[in-house]
Amino acid sequence: MPNLIKDKVVIDDNWTLLRLAEGETADTVSVPAGKIIVPLTVWQAQRSALQTRPELGVWLASDERPEALKDDLAAFQVIAVDFPKFADGRGYSIAYNLRARLGYGGELRAIGDVLRDQLFYMQRVGFNAFAVRADKDIHDALKGLTDFSEKYQTSWDEKNPLFRRAKRETLSARD
Amino acid sequence: MYRYDQYDHQIVKERVAQYRDQVRRRLSDELIEDEFRILRLQNGLYLQRHAYMLRIAVPYGLLASRQVRMFAHIARKYDRGYGHFTTRQNIQFNWIKLEESPDILAELATVEMHAIQTSGNCIRNTTSDELAGVAADEIVDPRPYAELIREWSTFHPEFAYLPRKFKIAISGSEEDRAATAVHDVGLHVIKNAAGEVGFRVLVGGGMGRTPILGSVIRDFLPWQHAMSYLEAILRVYNQYGRRDNIYKARIKILVKAIGAEEFARQVETEWLDIKDGPSTLTAEELQRVAHYFTAPAYATLPAVDAEFERKKAEEKAFANWLKRNVKEHKVAGYAAVILSLKKTGVPPGDITADQLDFVADLADRYSFAELRVTHEQNLVLADVKQSELYALWQEAKTHGLATPNIGLLTDIICCPGGDFCSLANAKSIPIAQAIAERFDNIDFQHDIGDIELNISGCINACGHHHVGNIGILGVDKDGAEWYQVSLGGAQGNVSSIGKIIGPSFSAHQMPTVIDRLLQVYVKQRIEDERFIDTVRRVGVTPFKDFVYATPIKSEPTSGEDACA
Repeated sequence: MPNLIKDKVVIDDNWTLLRLAEGETADTVSVPAGKIIVPLTVWQAQRSALQTRPELGVWLASDERPEALKDDLAAFQVIAVDFPKFADGRGYSIAYNLRARLGYGGELRAIGDVLRDQLFYMQRVGFNAFAVRADKDIHDALKGLTDFSEKYQTSWDEKNPLFRRAKRETLSARD
Repeated sequence: MYRYDQYDHQIVKERVAQYRDQVRRRLSDELIEDEFRILRLQNGLYLQRHAYMLRIAVPYGLLASRQVRMFAHIARKYDRGYGHFTTRQNIQFNWIKLEESPDILAELATVEMHAIQTSGNCIRNTTSDELAGVAADEIVDPRPYAELIREWSTFHPEFAYLPRKFKIAISGSEEDRAATAVHDVGLHVIKNAAGEVGFRVLVGGGMGRTPILGSVIRDFLPWQHAMSYLEAILRVYNQYGRRDNIYKARIKILVKAIGAEEFARQVETEWLDIKDGPSTLTAEELQRVAHYFTAPAYATLPAVDAEFERKKAEEKAFANWLKRNVKEHKVAGYAAVILSLKKTGVPPGDITADQLDFVADLADRYSFAELRVTHEQNLVLADVKQSELYALWQEAKTHGLATPNIGLLTDIICCPGGDFCSLANAKSIPIAQAIAERFDNIDFQHDIGDIELNISGCINACGHHHVGNIGILGVDKDGAEWYQVSLGGAQGNVSSIGKIIGPSFSAHQMPTVIDRLLQVYVKQRIEDERFIDTVRRVGVTPFKDFVYATPIKSEPTSGEDACA
């Protein structure tokens, strides 16, 4: 069973990610039983069958919109956002909007090209679970969550910018 | 100027540690180059033709003398004894070893400097007016806002992997000296009818292969909302900016595709959710930052110094320098001095370690220990007593920093080009040097007057060729280096994008091309009309006709084959 970083610790991942293989389509693909994270398109195509499942996850591609899940958030234990390349930063805004605008409070998981040096930012915008790319050492990646101890601006993790949280002293402008 | 407190120090210190570990992991192959490249770029480290180049951030162009001495130290210890000031008011060093780059950052941190976000697809160093705080035409000092934007944009978690780089410029004067119209976001600090401070917000300007001027999407944004509004702009761009084609990924393409009005509407929608939220700036926070930009202890001086006036009348060379390199100051008896880094024979913007130490000394002795970098790649001593200008001029001359050419033909904006940069199609520095040599006569330059000649070695337009009155762009044709010439570009309040005049030229032909363009100007100009005004009045055609009228001999430049 692959590993996952969740809430800052490495755990076994008991969810299975469903990606459509070549030739498979969202409305015909068969979704296995158990804890499955399905693509948004599959959820949309097979909604009536899937919504009765007690455990279900869904994942968004980086060009899909979080608003597509606006009325369905309660149906999922896990929402995942795919990073096709780590340099594709759309997932950060998707995560932020899922949390801040849509009020999603469950597990928010980064999947795809998920690497140590991006984890700090990912955690800040609202991800609390990280499926680190399989060829990387997940325990090493864990260190990425603590690169910085302070930050200037708000995001999902900090409701107040530094200037509202800290009493910043004013030094002499010239010495 | 701004000073780090414990938080700024902490964040920069942690960055050095993070980066040092990234370099270690690269050297031990835990990180492959494709993974490391984007990390090092976000820290200003480029791999160029011969070595790594490190670009150090100079926030909104402001420097303390001790920081300049650190540049001199870095130039000597880690580079080949010189550095290069850029059009983003930063400095870069061209001969850096990867293994040593973390040590350089650690040294920089001791003088409150870093290289954070000086490259990569993130929010870059915010640029501003080099005369901020001293300009006679200033409405509001933009520096506190520039610093607030620096803090807000530093390690913003959501906007580190944008479709493409993102540049913000801010200006608070009547005359726009920060080229705000050609930035991803341009901010004009203004006052409304009630005297309240806010911003006019421009979005989607830029150069590169699709040069375009920014569109106003908000006429007046109260200053308290600066951060949340920028956040909304970036969030729209991050989600909808194109990522399929690097040449169509800047925000200008998105704004152009959906229209400025529709873009503004999307921004407003995003903004509604966060407006008045915790990011809203407070008077206390503005005051904390503004405190660092209060006026230095100016002496009460007469507006006119008799001895100064006498020297000015007696020495033509001094008068020439005053005319071009000294700018009006809002405080009586003071002036702002531009030290030219455009001496003929030296690549534009280059400065040696000895010169760096020297200008730091000048700053200590003449200008409250501060310096500024201009986006035209010169340096400014912003607070010099009029009575000390003569002494300063004489000192600056001894170090080759008093060429009286600011705003003239040889004050060329020029990117590093093919000599250093691996993106370049063509060399740019030798072209600048050949032109500077051909028109070295300062009386001739003063006769031609205000003119902006900008050179880029490729379409990325680091040399701002689109907004040069004369723009030169290096292009590649079948493996050979050629130069395309445009006319009529301008920065400032009446910005415009230059028009290409026709087929491109070889390097050797370029000085003659410039000569012919100037001949047409001299013939056509009316009285004191500037070059750009003549171009605007008569159009490009007379220039074009004359330049292409007869073939231009390819004349090799003098000296060692500079353009080979």
